[in-house]
Amino acid sequence: MTVSITRKDIKNELVDKIELLSGQNVFECYQCGNCSSGCPMVDYMDYTPNQVMRLAQTGAIEELLAAGTMWVCAACLQCSSRCPKGIDVAGVMEALRTINLRNRVGVITPDDISTEDRRELPPIVLVSAFRKLSG
Amino acid sequence: MQLPYYPGCTLKNHAKHFEDSAIAAMERLDMPLVEMEDWVCCGTVFSMSSDDLMLQVASIRNLVRAEHQNLSELIVLCSMCYNTLRRASDFILSDPENLDKVRKFMYLEEKPFDGTVEILHLLSVLRDRIGWEELGRKVVRPLANLKVGGYYGCLLVRPEKYAIDDFEAPTIIEDLLGALGATASPYPYRLECCGAYQTVTNKDVTVQRTYELLNSARNAGCEAIVTSCPLCAFNLDQRQRETIEQFPDFDPMPVFYFTELMALAFGANWDPEWTKLHFVNPEPILRDKGLI
Repeated sequence: MTVSITRKDIKNELVDKIELLSGQNVFECYQCGNCSSGCPMVDYMDYTPNQVMRLAQTGAIEELLAAGTMWVCAACLQCSSRCPKGIDVAGVMEALRTINLRNRVGVITPDDISTEDRRELPPIVLVSAFRKLSG
Repeated sequence: MQLPYYPGCTLKNHAKHFEDSAIAAMERLDMPLVEMEDWVCCGTVFSMSSDDLMLQVASIRNLVRAEHQNLSELIVLCSMCYNTLRRASDFILSDPENLDKVRKFMYLEEKPFDGTVEILHLLSVLRDRIGWEELGRKVVRPLANLKVGGYYGCLLVRPEKYAIDDFEAPTIIEDLLGALGATASPYPYRLECCGAYQTVTNKDVTVQRTYELLNSARNAGCEAIVTSCPLCAFNLDQRQRETIEQFPDFDPMPVFYFTELMALAFGANWDPEWTKLHFVNPEPILRDKGLI
């Protein structure tokens, strides 16, 4: 039996949102895995970056939004720099973070930072963490 | 020739030794750094969301102020500031619609602006305006026998469009270290992320990164590494406290800003205040090599 899957069947509003926020076409990905093999954080992710791309293609954005991957991504841009299709995978991660943060999911506050850390973390650390994880 | 420079937030406190040593080194090269007036935080990270105009404003405000101060360029020391300012500049220069949107958003700025100031990292200025041979001739205290690795991290070389050198095989830091008389050993993890802001929410991950990155440098024969990013420096130096606790086999390693080694090589004396801002005391190795 031949099963035909088209973008029209599986593309939903959340996929559109990811594509709009990141400026990327998630359907460009052909699963070579370069992003995941270069990712320094892949050991700590539930879905690897190439799995994130695949799930995004299948429209499973809700599943991705509930997963931990985007919160472990350090936005180091290794995935984006190595993608042979030129997809900004880190931008897709940022889009996932952005959707969650705008729904107040995963937002950090100063209370989440230990007193010890608050005393010793330099401004560059605090500003970048709040820029990435508040929203 | 004076160089107008943008310090950024952390060079005024936790990375004061980065700023002080850069000023000392550049004075000795007769290219004194002159701090731009009225700068603000760059925002540290470039927003990758297409509709986040608000997050571009801090960086762009610096570009506007520099332009209004008649500066044609800004020299940046911190990797994150460099990346963020450079990309903000490209954001408005590459698309007239973006510039128009930003102008409307920032209508309270005193004068109109075009966003024309050029953003340069100090490392590329050293390479392109002085050159490694000439820099080598200015060395009065060669870093002989010092085996040191360059740590690039992410934002000097990624995205490729904004890389200060080849984005996969850069040599700019090794070239500088070589010109200063040091033995620069490239090591596999020199372009790998330190964990960045994950140090706030996933501290143990960055501790593991520090362990892996510094071991990679150690295995390549490095006795110390240099960086140009205060966030990397925090993760790779200050987080060694936790690394030592979690990994009994870990051998601590001093982490310098590249400008500290430049200052020494060009004849400035080590400031004991700089030592206080390091976690791993760099003085023993410097004393061992006869540099202090």
